Amino acid sequence: MALQDLATQDAARAQPAAPTAKPARRLPVQKDWPAWAIIATQIGILIGIILLWEVSATKGWIDGFFWSQPSAIWHTFVIFFTEGSAWTDISYTFRSTIIGFVIGTTAGSLLGLSFWWSRNYAAVAQPYIICIESMPKLALAPLIILVFGLGLTSKVVIAVALTIVVSTLTTYAGVKALDPDSEKLFYSLGASRWQVFRKLVMPFCMPWIISVLRVNIGLALTGAIVGEFISSQHGLGRTIFYAGSTYEISLVWVAVFALSTLAVIMYVAVSWLENALRKGTRQ
Amino acid sequence: MAVKLHLDHVGMAFATPSGSFRAVEPLDLKIETGRFVSLVGPSGCGKSTLFNIIAGLLQPTEGRVLIDGEDATGTIGRVGYMLQKDLLLAWRTVVDNVILGMEIQGKPLRAARERALPLLQKYGLSGFEYLYPNSLSGGMRQRAALLRTLLFDTDVILLDEPFGALDAQTKLQMQEWLMQLWSDFKKTVVFVTHDVEEAIYLSDEIHVMGTRPGRILETIPIALPRPRVRTTALTPDFIAIKERCMALLAVHVPEAREAA
Repeated sequence: MALQDLATQDAARAQPAAPTAKPARRLPVQKDWPAWAIIATQIGILIGIILLWEVSATKGWIDGFFWSQPSAIWHTFVIFFTEGSAWTDISYTFRSTIIGFVIGTTAGSLLGLSFWWSRNYAAVAQPYIICIESMPKLALAPLIILVFGLGLTSKVVIAVALTIVVSTLTTYAGVKALDPDSEKLFYSLGASRWQVFRKLVMPFCMPWIISVLRVNIGLALTGAIVGEFISSQHGLGRTIFYAGSTYEISLVWVAVFALSTLAVIMYVAVSWLENALRKGTRQ
Repeated sequence: MAVKLHLDHVGMAFATPSGSFRAVEPLDLKIETGRFVSLVGPSGCGKSTLFNIIAGLLQPTEGRVLIDGEDATGTIGRVGYMLQKDLLLAWRTVVDNVILGMEIQGKPLRAARERALPLLQKYGLSGFEYLYPNSLSGGMRQRAALLRTLLFDTDVILLDEPFGALDAQTKLQMQEWLMQLWSDFKKTVVFVTHDVEEAIYLSDEIHVMGTRPGRILETIPIALPRPRVRTTALTPDFIAIKERCMALLAVHVPEAREAA
């Protein structure tokens, strides 16, 4: 090895480095567009797509029966929001999502925190939690509908089923990350278990509890929609399913659009809540 | 002087799969009121086990812990205990961290803060009262942790290597600061350290400990006059004590290595 190294070094010395023919290369610079240009391009693309869609459907390049077309969608949109059930459906889906989100997240966080109280209890519960976690909960949705009926309750229950496990496991991860020395400090100050729980465990686990909020709002909405797909009398999910099965494709698009808007609004609201809570708990 | 803290034949053995493990040989230790006493020894000499026993966090297998002649074995909240880490709570400001002990004892928050604020200002944390621990340096965090221990209002304070993780310069400053606190608050302090020089400089009495099992090898009284200054470390008395401590510790170094 050493000899070979020496040999290559000799060779390098024998041939003095050739004059560099490489041109000097500059650092690639990317010029940023102003904000208005970005937005204008985005709007332009959107208008382009809508126009292309409209033209393709009118010229018969795509099948208007399956794809519908923007003008028809707009027409349906106006009817859905003026004469149709838009607001009932939106509020129905919104309610089951929010109620499911609140119950699932709260119950899950409390369940996760409860594992701090007893190591034995946590050890006994753990395999069950993991089983429930790995089980596709949506597969249970038809059963849940059977048990809890066609109304709002069954949608809330599905949303809770989806959110509660995530909250439980994440909060439990927080409980496990707690430094035993911090507990020792509290006990050395003569604290009761309840004081340790309130003044140490709960604030310590807050970042974990908060971190699942955004995931959970999405899951709760999924749960509510799936519940409505299976069987429901109201809701955006029910509208999509119903319109699809009766080939009212433009109504499918309108409902999907309403659903996306609802999802974005709830996501933004929860992000805001998350930031507010984070500031409040100084993490 | 009256005996404040008395370890009466306190020993500790842990049950392990391979039989009983002796952590601390039954030992007797009497500490007088207002004294500053250090425990010096290699890792594994049972210093932390002793502290946990004194703080009531661990039930000794034999013996009793007496505070003011009263049996305090296995009762918590009787002594102030500062662990190696500062363990400041990230979600509380410095002042709210410092009042934790009073808060747990049920003192109203407002009164607790009123009591803590002048002390924070007096003992080098002025301007930091309403900051969160993550914006404090290591030395400042230790100050806050120590004030939290002091404000818990117990006569006895256990300090487990409080300056172990600090750089040499900060450590010297903190020692001066601790001396000031000690003479102001008149507490009985039990101090654990690896640093022989630190122990001699601060203490009235040093207990040199050995390992396997943990025990007190020798008790060395430090009669050096107070207030001490840095140059005290250059006096023949100081050096003689240091040599004695080093000799005691050195004898047991091979054992410590074996254990590691």
